[in-house]
This record gives sequence, C-alpha cells and structure tokens, in this order.
Amino acid sequence: MEKLVLHKKKTSLVDKIFVFLNSIFLVLFVIITLYPVWNTLVLAFNDGTDALRGGLYLWPRKWTLQNFITVIHKNNLIVGAYITLSRTIIGTFTALAANALLAYIVSRKRFLFKKQLSLFWVITMYVNGGMIPTFLLYKSLGLTNSFLVYVIPGMVGAFYMLVIRTYMTGIPDSLEESAQLDGAGDIVIFTKIISPLCRPVYATVALFCAVAHWNSWFDAMLYNRMNSNLTTLQYELMKLLSSVTNQSTSAESMKNTVAAVTPTSVRSAATILTMLPIVCLYPFLQRYFVTGLTIGGVKG
Amino acid sequence: MVKINWKEVKRQKVLLLLSSVYVIYGFIFCYLPLAGWLMAFENYKPKEGFFHSKFIGLGKFKQLFLDDGFIRVIRNTLAMGVINLIATFVTAIIFAILLNEVKSRGGKKAVQTISYLPHFLSWIIVTGILHDALSGTGIVNDILVRFQFLKEPINFFAHPKYFWGIVAFANVWKETGWNAIIYLASITAIDTALYEAAAIDGAGRWARIKYITLPGIKPTIIILLLINAGNILNAGFEVQYLLGNGLVQSVSQTIDIYVLKWGISQGDYSLGTAAGIFKSMVSIAIILIANEMAKRAGEERLF
Repeated sequence: MEKLVLHKKKTSLVDKIFVFLNSIFLVLFVIITLYPVWNTLVLAFNDGTDALRGGLYLWPRKWTLQNFITVIHKNNLIVGAYITLSRTIIGTFTALAANALLAYIVSRKRFLFKKQLSLFWVITMYVNGGMIPTFLLYKSLGLTNSFLVYVIPGMVGAFYMLVIRTYMTGIPDSLEESAQLDGAGDIVIFTKIISPLCRPVYATVALFCAVAHWNSWFDAMLYNRMNSNLTTLQYELMKLLSSVTNQSTSAESMKNTVAAVTPTSVRSAATILTMLPIVCLYPFLQRYFVTGLTIGGVKG
Repeated sequence: MVKINWKEVKRQKVLLLLSSVYVIYGFIFCYLPLAGWLMAFENYKPKEGFFHSKFIGLGKFKQLFLDDGFIRVIRNTLAMGVINLIATFVTAIIFAILLNEVKSRGGKKAVQTISYLPHFLSWIIVTGILHDALSGTGIVNDILVRFQFLKEPINFFAHPKYFWGIVAFANVWKETGWNAIIYLASITAIDTALYEAAAIDGAGRWARIKYITLPGIKPTIIILLLINAGNILNAGFEVQYLLGNGLVQSVSQTIDIYVLKWGISQGDYSLGTAAGIFKSMVSIAIILIANEMAKRAGEERLF
C-alpha cells in the first residue's frame, strides 16, 4: 500500500468524493452503533420521573444514582449476577480444559484413532437431537433444576476443539519427540510443552466461552425456571424488561414512580450494569478474537 | 500410518483412556438425544416411557403438515433465515471494504473497535434497546415525526409488515462489525503488488475494489456462505422469541418457537420432536445442496 501514496497527487475528484462519502458513512455507522447504548446510559443516570418528560438525548438532565441503587437492592438480580459469574468462571475453565485436551488427543499424529475421534465430534456440529429429546435427557439425568446444567452439557464443543486443533497442528513435532526421548508421557507433554505454546488460542477460546456464558439466558429459562436461586442474570434482566413492557401502568410501577425511579430508568440501569464487564474488557482482548476467528473461520 | 497392534495400543494407553472418556461423554450428550427421535413416531406418554408408548408411524408428521400454523412457521423461519443471511453478509462485506479504504490507522482501529461492541451484548439487551428505540415514544418515531416523515408515531411492533425488517436490522446492527473481521483479514492477505500495478495502469478506486478486492475475498465469502447456509434454520430463535408478541405472531413464530410452544409448554413431546426432526433434515439438505452447488461452480467447498 505504501507505493500508492506516490500516486496521491493524481487523486481525482472522484476519489476525493469517495473519501468524503466514505468518512460520512463510517461516522454514521459509529453513531448508529453507539447511540442506543449511550442513550441507555443517559437514562440510567437521569432521574426517573424527570425522564418521563422525554427529550433526553445526549446528556442527563437531572443526575441521580438512585436507579443503580434500586437495581443493586433487587435480590433476584444479585442472585442472578452471582450465578452468572460462577458459571462464567467455572464453565469457561472446564470448557477450555476439556476442549484443549481433546484437541491435543486428535492432533497427535501417532494416535491410532485420531481421524475417527475427530469425525465423532465434527458430526455433532451438524446433527443433534433437538430441543425436546435433549430436555428429556437432562431431566432424566437430574440436570434440570441444578447448576450443573450450565457447565456439563456444553463442556465440549466441536468448533472450539477444531480451532485449538488447527493451532496445535502448527506446532513442530520435534518438540514432542524430544520430550518423549526424555521420558515424558502424554500428560506432561500436554501440560508442560504444548499448552504453554497454545496460550493465544486458549485465550481466544476462553473469551468466546466466557462471552457465551455471560450472555446466556435460554438454558436458565428452559431448565431452571422453577428455581429462582439458579437463574442467570440475563434471564432476570429479561423478566425485568418484559414486565415493564407489559404492565407499565401496574400498581407496582405506580409505587415506584413515587420513589422517583420508574421501571424504564431501573431497566436502563440494570442493562448498563449487565453489559459493563464485557464492554470494559473486550477492547483489550481484540487480538485474541481476531486471530481466533481467522483460524476457525478460514480453515473451518 | 501407525498399525494397530498390541504394542502400539499399550504405548498409547493414556491417549486411549482419555479418548474413551470423550467418547462416553459425547455419546451421552450428543448421540443419545438422537435416540429420542423415536418419540416422533410414537404417541409418547411420559408415564409409559419410550418402550411402551404406542407406535403410530408418521402420524405426528401428518399432523404437523396438516397444521396451517406449522406451514406458516416454516415460511417464517426460511424467510427470516434467508433475509438475515443476505443482509448480514452484504453489510459485513461492504463495511469491510469501505473500512479498508480508510488511510488513517487510528481512525480505522477506532471504528473497528466500536463496531465489535454490539456483538458482545446479549440479545436480551439488544432487543430491550430496540424496544425502546422503536416504541411509540422512542427515538425513531421522534425523528420521523419531527422531520415530518410521519404524521403520528407508529408502534412498529404492532404491525406484522415491519417485523422481518426489524429482525434483519437487529442482526445487522449486532453482527456487522464482527462478521467483517474475517473479510478484513482476508483483504489484508491480498498481494499489495496487485493494487500497485492497477494504480499504475490508472485503475480508479472502484475498479480496484471490483477487480482486485472482491475477487480476492471471494473464496472466504463462499466458505462462510456455505457454513452459514446450514445455520439458516438455527438463526430463528432468540430475536423472534424476544421481539415477538401476540400482534405479530403470524410472522414472528419460527420452528424453534413452535417446538418450545407445543413440546415444552403444551407437553406434546412427540409433536415437538417431529418438528425438530423436520428442521434437522432441512438443515442437512441445505448444507448438502449448497456444497454441491459450490462444487459444480468449481468453488471452495466444505467437504
């Protein structure tokens, strides 16, 4: 691309127009992406009753932290946050370990059944039993109404395994061979030699798993709806959101209005708190998901 | 090729032992549910179980296809699947190409970082925001009324004609930046000498995009289309479930929502399973057809 700069003097009028329109387009794109989130932030920091007057666009009119205080006093959201945090940490760790070990096994050239074991898992990407049989299976295994349903069934995922496998295949065999000559077994080779080299791809897979865990709500609704001590943050947020859209004139919301917080403002505050951890973290993890997507997507 | 013999098996005992754990796990969680497909051919009663429920052959499938509701659900799933696939593909490719034309490194990086943001938000949050923005008092109505495009605010969620468009927009808003990552990566892989040569020959920006960038990322586009074609029917759940309501259910319900409604809420496990099997079959057929088409056209393919 550097050489193109030499031809810069020749940039025609058409090119100038292009650059101009392109900038406008990208600025619009950024506004459309950011504004809804920004507006939620404004509502979350604005006094609830005052917000009902409308006209809040770019900056809070009447600052308050009351909405956030109301949110952190909502017991179900706190329990939900605790469950979500636990499943994110435990689920990410176990999934990473399980997928990494499986990827290690199927990427050993000397392993007798590497092709068959790979195929066994790749098939699961395309064929699955569907919602009802899966539901009945979990029920009969005692996984419904239990925290384990968040961690155990989704532990191995063929896509994550393939991403790690692709990365592992790129590691020279000589490392493994010399370790074998020194008498190292598979466990040692996996933990001490291969895994340290796979840190970037592990980070990628961990990031994908963590985001999926943090944002999940459907499994909570399907399997643990009956036990409010086990539902996730996003599911509780959904209940909060749908209760507002459906019964905004109910007695409870009238009561809240008196306390200067409205359902809408509480909802905005809850939304902001729920997205906060991910929004703060993702910009620093960019290189991991960019490499991960490129490995996984192109070589699939 | 390593030969299977006793000595080799003994040498690989750790790998074999670990593999067997994965096979058992995979068998239970991924393959055992397939046995549940038997339910679709029975009048399944939880009390009687798999082995004693009455076998009724294709009865449940017949019931499905005689149900106008199910036909509508198939139409909705396919229509939204295809619309979303095309909309998200086209916007991601256009965004990647336009972003690639930006000279300033900082600007490019900033726009790209912002573009990922919605991908990390859950559908709960995204649909919540959409509800606010498109409601009668939301920003969209506010703008449309203020600039006189509309006389009075519309509740966009009350009219079936807007629903597919809203779902497509939601997908585009959430995934454009994320999907563009792969295209940007494959644009970077294009040999820069091609651009230099074209510039010397006097090719303008459009010509360079049309004759170098697009052909350069064509293999990536095709592979991703193939992968995503198989997911057309899977893409029809969260958004529709969260955005749908009684007023628009004729266009919002998808196969998965149908399964949830009849299978889980109404307890007709057999009907739900039959609908699920139909969905799996169509998905596999779509993948195979798409793959075959790519093969005929002499393009990249999955297998």
